[in-house]
Amino acid sequence: MAYSSTVMEHFTHPRNVGKIDGADGVGEVGNAKCGDIMKMYLKIDGDVITDVKFNTFGCGAAIATSSMATELIKGKTVGEALTLTNKAVVEALDGLPAVKLHCSVLAEEAVKAAIADYYIKNGQEPPPETVTAGHDCDECDIHGH
Amino acid sequence: MLNVYADNAATTAVSQAALAAMLPCFTAGYGNPSSIHTPGQEAAAVLDSARERLGKLLNASPREIYFTGGGTEADNWAVYIAAAIGAKKNKRHFISTRFEHHAMLHTLEKLAKKGDAEVTLLEVHEDGLVRPGELAAAIREDTALVSVMYANNEIGTLQPIPQLGAICRERGVLFHTDAVQAVGHVPIDVKEQNIDLLSLSGHKFHGPKGVGALYCRSAVPVASFIEGGAQERGKRAGTENVPGIAGMVAALEDSCGHMVANSDKVSALRDRLIEALSQIPRGRLNGHREKRLPGIVNFCFEGIEGESLLLRLDMAGISASSGSACTSGSLDPSHVLLALGLPHEIAHGSLRLSLSEYNTPAEMDYVIETLPGIIQLLRDMSPVWERIEKGE
Repeated sequence: MAYSSTVMEHFTHPRNVGKIDGADGVGEVGNAKCGDIMKMYLKIDGDVITDVKFNTFGCGAAIATSSMATELIKGKTVGEALTLTNKAVVEALDGLPAVKLHCSVLAEEAVKAAIADYYIKNGQEPPPETVTAGHDCDECDIHGH
Repeated sequence: MLNVYADNAATTAVSQAALAAMLPCFTAGYGNPSSIHTPGQEAAAVLDSARERLGKLLNASPREIYFTGGGTEADNWAVYIAAAIGAKKNKRHFISTRFEHHAMLHTLEKLAKKGDAEVTLLEVHEDGLVRPGELAAAIREDTALVSVMYANNEIGTLQPIPQLGAICRERGVLFHTDAVQAVGHVPIDVKEQNIDLLSLSGHKFHGPKGVGALYCRSAVPVASFIEGGAQERGKRAGTENVPGIAGMVAALEDSCGHMVANSDKVSALRDRLIEALSQIPRGRLNGHREKRLPGIVNFCFEGIEGESLLLRLDMAGISASSGSACTSGSLDPSHVLLALGLPHEIAHGSLRLSLSEYNTPAEMDYVIETLPGIIQLLRDMSPVWERIEKGE
């Protein structure tokens, strides 16, 4: 198993690490039992994601996918961000080892969870695109063995 | 930036003694030990000498030494030998431990799946030690083999092998120990320590990779493991790895010849690390503080994940390892740390630093200076650490 130079670059110099006080949307996915937790913070102005920050507990791939996902949605509209797929994150990172693909799924889910929270905070029903399969430990086991 | 190799439990640098013993086997003495001609017989003499010297180092006779392709093969073979004996006596109960190497656990699982074994795994408790009383209670009439590792490869705890061996001897049960991490590092005497079978691996004590040995007490009938020629007394066919065997035995003579001095030096390095790393908040040393190998330090640091830590350490020139799931390609954290009763989320944040006599105090100081900053950096971006700090 080896990481691409892009993954290593994002792991070494992760973009948008941190928190946003008074964020318009916050999403957290994963669990510590599996070894990955991602927390995503969004600042949304009108319909545009003007700022995004993340905190991640996890492996190199978890940190790199979080970093790349924030880059891919920053400055985009909420609607555009909802079209982000884990595949797009993987491609932007020049690939991930097969056993690490679940990290990219988690990154996509973190973005969607933060957007769902934004809708809820505004008293609106989150759009169906924010609903994901969820990341449970059974899924980890399937990916891992 | 210093480069610090602190992964000696994974593998070691080949010693000068080993290299010097190997080189002539590639160039001048390249004959096949099974050949009748002079070069062949010269190679056979190298092999005989190696077998005799390895026997001496373990207090075994040369006839009790079988060279293998490494420690894993020796572990597999030991199970195979016990299963063959057991099958004749209708004994198919195997006892091992929860934190055994996968070379043992997976071999036992495979036997169990085929319906050829019933396996009991002993608890290793919070301190990473098997309790002799619990072994005595687990042995049954149909127990074919007890296998307990001499020293654990992840946390370094030394098991009470002589006592465990004595219990097995008294109850008439075969006793095997996977001594891959222990040979060359702590004194081993198969007779005094009541060992029937023992696995060792060359590259854990500055020998080459891909070569090991199985000791099997002369009273134990050895089932052949690889079919073909008459090598290893007809029990393990295939042209012998003469350079590897010569290098392994030279390395072990060197290690055993300097065991006290090496152990003192390495233990001092280890203790320096343990003392300093114990100062890091929310860290814990894994395994009994005293009953451990000279060279293995294993810590868990809450709020971070092991692979991230290893990658950052590597960038700082420090080669270490982790029981972290992510390094193994599996997503479960180390079965060793889980066997100690650690929760998954803590077991994910483990770090193993394993030392040899080639390490220096200055290297330890560099690790001690570097590690806390990396842990802090990862904790600063960890939502788990945020919760820990808030006391949630």
